[in-house]
Amino acid sequence: MSETKTATFKIWRGDAKGGEFRDYTTEVAEGMVVLDAVHDIQRTQAQDLACRWNCKAGKCGSCSAEVNGMPKLMCMTRLSDLPVEQAIRIESMKAFPIIKDLITDVSWNFRVKKKIKPFKPRPPDAPDGTWRMKQADIDRIEEFRKCIECFLCQDVCHVLRDHRKHDEFIGPRFLVHVAALEMHPLDTEDRVEELRRAQGIGYCNITKCCTKVCPESIQITDNAIIPLKERVVDQFFDPFGWIWRALKRRLDRRATKSAQPVSNRK
Amino acid sequence: MAEYETFTYDVLVIGSGGAGLRAAIEVSAAGVSVGMVCKCLLGKAHTVMAEGGIAAALANVDDRDNWQVHFADTMRGGQYVNNWRMAELHAREAPERVKELEAWGAVFDRTNDGRILQRNFGGHKYPRLAHVGDRTGLEMIRTLQDHGVHRGIDVHMEICVLKLLKDGAKIAGAFGYDRERGRFNLFRAKAIVLATGGIGKAYKITSNSWDCTGDGHALAYHAGAELIDMEFIQFHPTGMVWPPSVRGMLVTEGVRGEGGILTNREGKRFMFDSIPDNYRAQTADNADEGWRYCTGDKNARRPPELLTRDHVARCIVREIKEGRGTPHGGVYLDISWIKEKLSNAEEHIKRKLPSMYHQFKALGDVDITKEPMEVGPTTHYIMGGVHVDPDTQMSRIPGLFAAGECAAGINGANRLGGNSLSDLLVFGKRAGEFAALYARDNQLPNVDGAQIDAAARDALKPFEHEAGDNPYAVQRDLQELMQHNVGIVRNEHEMQTALQEIQKLWDRANHVGVIGNRDFNPGWHTALDLKSLLTISEAITKAAIERKESRGAQFREDIPEKVDRFSTVNTLIAKADDGSMQVRLELLPQMPDYLKRVIDEMK
Repeated sequence: MSETKTATFKIWRGDAKGGEFRDYTTEVAEGMVVLDAVHDIQRTQAQDLACRWNCKAGKCGSCSAEVNGMPKLMCMTRLSDLPVEQAIRIESMKAFPIIKDLITDVSWNFRVKKKIKPFKPRPPDAPDGTWRMKQADIDRIEEFRKCIECFLCQDVCHVLRDHRKHDEFIGPRFLVHVAALEMHPLDTEDRVEELRRAQGIGYCNITKCCTKVCPESIQITDNAIIPLKERVVDQFFDPFGWIWRALKRRLDRRATKSAQPVSNRK
Repeated sequence: MAEYETFTYDVLVIGSGGAGLRAAIEVSAAGVSVGMVCKCLLGKAHTVMAEGGIAAALANVDDRDNWQVHFADTMRGGQYVNNWRMAELHAREAPERVKELEAWGAVFDRTNDGRILQRNFGGHKYPRLAHVGDRTGLEMIRTLQDHGVHRGIDVHMEICVLKLLKDGAKIAGAFGYDRERGRFNLFRAKAIVLATGGIGKAYKITSNSWDCTGDGHALAYHAGAELIDMEFIQFHPTGMVWPPSVRGMLVTEGVRGEGGILTNREGKRFMFDSIPDNYRAQTADNADEGWRYCTGDKNARRPPELLTRDHVARCIVREIKEGRGTPHGGVYLDISWIKEKLSNAEEHIKRKLPSMYHQFKALGDVDITKEPMEVGPTTHYIMGGVHVDPDTQMSRIPGLFAAGECAAGINGANRLGGNSLSDLLVFGKRAGEFAALYARDNQLPNVDGAQIDAAARDALKPFEHEAGDNPYAVQRDLQELMQHNVGIVRNEHEMQTALQEIQKLWDRANHVGVIGNRDFNPGWHTALDLKSLLTISEAITKAAIERKESRGAQFREDIPEKVDRFSTVNTLIAKADDGSMQVRLELLPQMPDYLKRVIDEMK
């Protein structure tokens, strides 16, 4: 039933100083994914071929690479979905500095996340220190919280990949992270000012490349970035909104109790 | 003299999964300095794979639940060789740990009145698992990670620890290398928390990642700590069996919690014929009652698919062995049948089990809302690990703590699903708390240059014999051996053979060769992991031989029954003065009367 054939893989080998594509041929069995082929090659032909991986089930987001030019999780890319009669090209992500072969230095992502203001909940709703939330109110951010931090969206984003704006733009992954925090029903922090200034949300011109490569099918552009852009516009560029907020701040100061969290505008 | 960079902390945490992160957060809260090293990138540890949920008697769904019921369930599931104190602390403290996650931003599925929703799971009397669809582990690790990075934890990613260093009897630090560049690092610390997780990579068919090589177990053992219960390995009943490249990948117990049934190739729901006596009173005896349980009927008993994992795994093996398996050597797990009961079944399944739906669709070409899955047992979890004090999590080495899967005691002979995530939180916190206290009371120990030089020399040895054996081949042979000789069904003869073969593999491991240089070199990393894998494989085999009975996860076809004299003991592994691995039986601590009464009342 499972017929065996062979396939050729052009895998980029090298480091920061330079490198080249090298050809490897290995057997292809039914159900195999790209990562299986890389492992076979590693085991039998190139022990020192560097690639990251952990869960091999699309849940940890470690084995990100570019397969035939497309940002992919190698563990979820079936060989049966690729034209194996031609050589399959595998190379590292391009938005981050290369370390070796298929792995890059993704530490920038961890530094960016650390700078985003953390979750700050409103006081508990019940005397036992717990909160009440409706399922309907959390469904929206559960989409964002599916993110496995594979950084493929960062890789494909032209602001990072081509324009190298790593110092001015946090990228789709962290816009999703900010959206998850901002739309968290319990959160009371305000991150809109930072979104505009430090995090460079204006750089995104909603080409939706990030959404297209997301292995978790998160609607990054429509559900996370555009609503955040709207918040920035509301706060900074809408004169009526500006007056209303100034008024409201004054009213709020008078009110002794702050009852409700910032509402979750669409 | 080895070249290395030195880092100094009050407390060093090794491992960045749930237990490591929770421990580091607690250390940091105590106001002492904390460093964390992990083999992978932050947030990728194996906790991320946990699907079902966190067991905690919050009583949000069934108000009859409380810590006593959870305690009794855990002890029954562990066949009463658990450490009673750990089981008690775990049941008492789990609800607080879950609520704390919510305060740190975790978003669990909700009840109709807006509280944390809880689901059914094997061996738990009431719906008890706080969850987020079937990606609870991701939610937990991300919450801890995002909370932790704002707490001043110094994280060193992609570092493998090779050796624990001691100053006299006390722990003094850890020596390792960074995977990216292959450079050596020395971590000096007053206290160390091991939170390195499991050992699944000792087996061929496993749900575990490459990094689950039992490092913490092996590091602790070689440093002089004791290991207990190493024979108890949980084979999860439901792993994927087809296609070959995904063999062993986990299929969450949540499928059965939501009403999934197990059938053989004849279409028979075989679990009804296999209900053990000690569970008969609380198990449904017909399909209708089982379904009502899954839909929240408090008067219904749970379906037999939700019996403990050890038992369900063995029933599946029996079906396959007796020729009633599926074409690819598994049995059927069917959730699609619930369309007979629910008009919106397809949507319901996708909502409750989104990653299972995605996993089967993308990797196995199976639509689980329309057809059954093929499943079989997969190596999932080790109940055994570092012998620790139940309250403080300290091993017998002063300053060395362990928490989570690499520590032992709470689970006894079999772990209930959902108890691992709560274990990570409860004992991760405790380990962090007591490690910080220990660090406050102690001076920074000295490190011995000779120990470091020896470790560095050993680590570089594989580069000296390029023509040596391939480390991947040795690893694969070990996995085959453990799978066949020390797997789900064991006997004395096969295990004695395994011990001899492990010695031969040690010889081969000492002569493996690697090519390339020290920059991110997976061949070299695989060669270095062999020491941990071989150490724990030997410990598992020796403990399994010593326990001459079948109990919980250990099933011996040569002694298929429980034997009374083993009902009150743990197997204990320690390194003898001559460097050999010794195993003996140690009496369990006596359970106090108030807990005995709890167990009697819940019988």
